[in-house]
Order: sequence, then C-alpha cells, then structure tokens
Amino acid sequence: MHLRQLVLHDFRSWVTADLALQPGPAVFVGPNGQGKTNLVEAVGYLATLGSHRVATDAPLVRQGAGQAIVRARFARDDRELLVECEISPVKANRVRVNRAPLPRPRELLGLVRTVLFAPEDLALVRGDPSERRRFLDELLVTRAPRYAGVRQDYDRVLKQRNALLKTARHARGDALRTLDIWDAHVARVGGELLAGRLALVAALAPYVSAAYAAIAGTGSAAEEAAGITYESSALRPDPYPIQGAPDSNLSTQGRPESVAELTEAIAEALLRVRGDELDRGITLVGPHRDELRLRLGGSAAKGYASHGESWSFALALKLGAYDLLRADGVEPILILDDVFAELDTRRRAHLSTIAAAAEQTLITAAVSEDVPASLSGMRFQVADGEVHPIG
Amino acid sequence: MYEGAVQDLIDELGRLPGVGPKSAQRIAFFILGSEATDISRLAAALHRVRDEVRFCTICGNVAEAQLCKICRDPRRALDVICVVEEPKDVVAIERTREFRGRYHILGGAISPIDGIGPEDLRIRELMARLADGEITELILATDPNFEGEATATYLARCVASMGMTVTRLASGLPVGGDLEYADEVTLGRAFEGRRRVTA
Ligand SMILES: Nc1ncnc2c1ncn2[C@@H]1O[C@H](COP(=O)(O)OP(=O)(O)OP(=O)(O)O)[C@@H](O)[C@H]1O
Ligand SMILES: [Mg+2]
Ligand SMILES: [Zn+2]
Repeated sequence: MHLRQLVLHDFRSWVTADLALQPGPAVFVGPNGQGKTNLVEAVGYLATLGSHRVATDAPLVRQGAGQAIVRARFARDDRELLVECEISPVKANRVRVNRAPLPRPRELLGLVRTVLFAPEDLALVRGDPSERRRFLDELLVTRAPRYAGVRQDYDRVLKQRNALLKTARHARGDALRTLDIWDAHVARVGGELLAGRLALVAALAPYVSAAYAAIAGTGSAAEEAAGITYESSALRPDPYPIQGAPDSNLSTQGRPESVAELTEAIAEALLRVRGDELDRGITLVGPHRDELRLRLGGSAAKGYASHGESWSFALALKLGAYDLLRADGVEPILILDDVFAELDTRRRAHLSTIAAAAEQTLITAAVSEDVPASLSGMRFQVADGEVHPIG
Repeated sequence: MYEGAVQDLIDELGRLPGVGPKSAQRIAFFILGSEATDISRLAAALHRVRDEVRFCTICGNVAEAQLCKICRDPRRALDVICVVEEPKDVVAIERTREFRGRYHILGGAISPIDGIGPEDLRIRELMARLADGEITELILATDPNFEGEATATYLARCVASMGMTVTRLASGLPVGGDLEYADEVTLGRAFEGRRRVTA
C-alpha cells in the first residue's frame, strides 16, 4: 500500500500540514527539530494507534491545542482508503474510515500497514524484554486484529489477579478462594495470546535470520548467524533460570501449541509458583513475563553484540517484519526515521536497495547527504513549520 | 468559577457519574432558566428518593415498601431466582418479558481492582434465600465480562452441593459489555438459551 495524502492539524509541532505523495521513496530533509519525525510518526500512529517515541497520546497533541487531527488517504489493493483520526489527551479518540465512524478506534488496526525503523529501535536489542514483547504484539495485531482485544483482555485479567494477590496476604474471608477463578481467566486469555505469539515467531524467525545475513553480508557463517526464539515463562520447567545457563526451553518436539494446551500449561505453571506469587504480590508466569530471545551465533545478542551488530539486529527484526507482512499479501509502507546516519556504508547500501524497491518508503534525515543518492524520488524540505517539495 | 450558589450547584452536579464539568455547567444553567415549579418538582424527587426509597428485604432491589413490586407480586414464580449485579439489570431483563421468577441483586461483581470481594456482595443473603430448598433453578445473569464471569463461577461453586439447576445466560451477549446495554431481542434470546453451569 502507499500514502497519497497526509493532512495534519495540531499534531505535535504542526499547526497544519498537507502533502501529496506518490509511490516510491519520499525523503524529508531539514534541520534538527523542524518536525520531520513528527510527520512520519503521524503515519505510524494510524497503523498502530500509538507512537514509536512516547507511551501516551498527550504529547502528540500540539501544546495549547485541544486535539490533534491526522487525516490520510492511502491506496490499498487498488482501492482508496481514507482514514481520519482525532486524538485527544482527555477524551476517547475517534476514528473514521472512508467517512464512517468506527465504534472503537482499535478496529482501525490492521488496515494501515507500516514498518517503522527508528533510532529508538536499538532498544529492541538492548532494552528490556517488554520492548520485544511490544514489537511482537504490534506485529501480531497488524496481522490478526482480533489480538488487540485479546491483549486488552489479558491486561485486564492480569490487573485483577495482581490486585487480588496484593491484598491476599491480609485477606479477609474468601478472597483467596477466588484466586483460582482468576487463574482460569489468566490461563485462558494468556493461552490465546501465547498461541498467537508462538505462531508469529515461528513465521517470523526465518525472515529475521535471512535479513540479518543480508545486512551483515557474511553469508552463511554459523558463528554470525542470527536467530530468534520465543521463551515462555509458563512452558519453562524452571521459572527462575540462572542467567547464562544452557537454555532449558522445551525443544520443538512435543511442545504445546494449541490454545487449549497452552491454557493448561499456564494454569499448571500458576499453581507451581503460587507460593512465590503470594509472597511477592504479582503474577510471575504468563505472556507478560515472556522473552523474545535474540541470539547471534552461539550467544545472546543482548550484552554480547557490538554496537554495529546490535543495530544490524534491530534492523533485521524490522526488515523481517516487513518481509513477513509482504508475504501475507499487503506490502506495508516502509518508514525510515533518521537511521541512515547511524549505519555504516555496507548497511546503508543494503537498506537503500530495499527502500528503493519498496512500494513506498518515507525517509527522514537532517542532512540530504546522509540519504544514499540511489534513492531517487520525491524530496521535501521541512523547516519553519512548513513542508515543501524540492525540485 | 461562578459565584456562590451557581458554583455550588455545578460542583454538586459534577460529582454525579458520567457528568463532566462542561455538562455540569450546562445542566446548572438549564436549571437556572427553568420555571420555579419545575425546580420544586426536581427538588421534591430528590428528597423523596432519600426519604422514601429503601431496599427490598428479599431481593435487595430498590423499593418503596418493605418489599419491591416484583417480590410483592403473587403471579411471580417462587422457585426460580435470577441473580444480577445491579437494579438496572432488573429493568433490562423485565423489558424482555422472558422471565417470570424473582431476582436477587448482588450490588456489584467481584473485582479485586476495586477492592470488591465476595463478602462485599449480597451473597450471604442469597444463600439464606436458597436454604429452604424451594428454589429449583438459579439463573446467573451477571455481566458478560471477566468480573461478571468470576462472580458467576464463584456463586456456582457456593451452591454446587445444594442440588438446584444452575444456569448462565447464553453467549451472544456482547462480551466485555454491560447487561443493561444489551438490546431486548439479544437479551431475550440469551435468556431462552441459558445453559447449565457445572461448578
Ligand atoms: N506536542 C507538541 N507541541 C508542540 N511542539 C512539539 C510537540 N511535540 C514535539 N514538539 C516539537 O517538535 C520538534 C521535534 O520535531 P521532530 O522530532 O519531528 O524533529 P525532527 O525534524 O525529526 O528533528 P531531528 O532531525 O532532530 O530528528 C521539537 O522542537 C519539539 O519541541
Ligand atoms: Mg527526527
Ligand atoms: Zn424484591
């Protein structure tokens, strides 16, 4: 798919912006802090209903304004898709698709498909497991939007269960007798989420390995090979593994896969750790404690990978997601925010080859020279609250 | 900020559920512009709910006497009880005309986040009603969300050894929703298609 028109009102630094685009690369250049990232962040917002930079909506609304409006016309499957989104820090957001209001904003998810790569993505490799879980869940929801509801349900039952665990120690009466009822909810919704994630990682893993090999350019050398595996806190026999110990994760054989099997595995795991949970007042197993393991050759990428290798891995995750979505049948819009300056010549060349071949790539850079000249297409100058096509 | 009485009224209205500061202001000025008799009627209605409304000693619904209209009605079946979270759920179910028994209002649902456990609901009163063995069916019509489900499961367990049929409204109700928002047809069908619960 590609973006044909983007209109912003009071989004971030933009009082108004209105730009027309065509398929192919579109490069936004201009000095720091002029609003380049803000433009592409708005496009990413329509895909995920979130920002790659902040966790809440409030910073997206221009200071002093009541609400932000993002309106975009896309071409998807040869049809026009008009998406309008009102973002408010105090009220519920409102979304319209082809002029029809959606009952819930989250029903937008899956329609607009983007893959956004930005400096923040280094945290995918170096940051907490929560960063990698968010990456997985975002992709999961894009491919199968019903998981947005599953995620929301999981957060809800987890909150309820944690609230109960916290009060359970000085519990009155029957409080504890209801714990296994919440266990059942956590296990059922968690089993559904876990099944989705396991299937996703199985589908994504080969694309990520291939993307890494292409970026690093080392061909098939085993010690350089990159891979991802999903490590479930519930499927692991020992819920507290020693750091660096050989992986005790179950092998692919005999590994539970169906929602029913995974539900049961989580229920059993919850029973095993119940004593610790009561001591600590939090739920210790379930998808919210799982990890997407990144490995490079024999070792964990986190802590071992060099700066350049970490960048390559982060890029491989995003390009893997891009290839997977393409294989699903809808080509996502590729968004490259401020990343060319971070990459060496090899990686830059590789990324620009992919960017040039994509149906549409939105690129931001402070200096024009950072963007490989081979990426010819539309160029826009961004400065003083305005955006103009150059040349 | 307005002066004295107007601001007091806005503040009081703003404390009502679902009324934000803007609506509070709009309602306040609507009241200001109303006829004196209209205002008296509103004030009288407020006083009456406080002075006259009490809770039915059988089901816990709002009532103007010791018993509510439904519990007083001799045509209602005495052998089946429908358990709901709130009085507004009774109104929703009555609209469907599917149910001829009596109700039991729990006063909420189990929700640890809100600090509500089983002992905060009218479960002891329910067990007392069931004790004489005359009830043959207990319908669990708590909301179709996690809290409502948890409450229904808990109740099903509490009565498991008592021998009555325990049913739950059929699915088809929008999940994650409130019973009161289900339309009559959907709720009516959910009633007809209710299923046995095994604890
Ligand atoms: N809610 C907001 N209201 C007003 N201005 C905002 C808001 N959020 C961000 N800004 C402003 O937007 C500017 C940053 O824009 P953006 O991140 O798009 O810059 P950029 O052009 O990508 O710069 P760089 O080249 O440094 O990446 C900052 O000056 C910031 O103050
Ligand atoms: Mg930027
Ligand atoms: Zn009554």
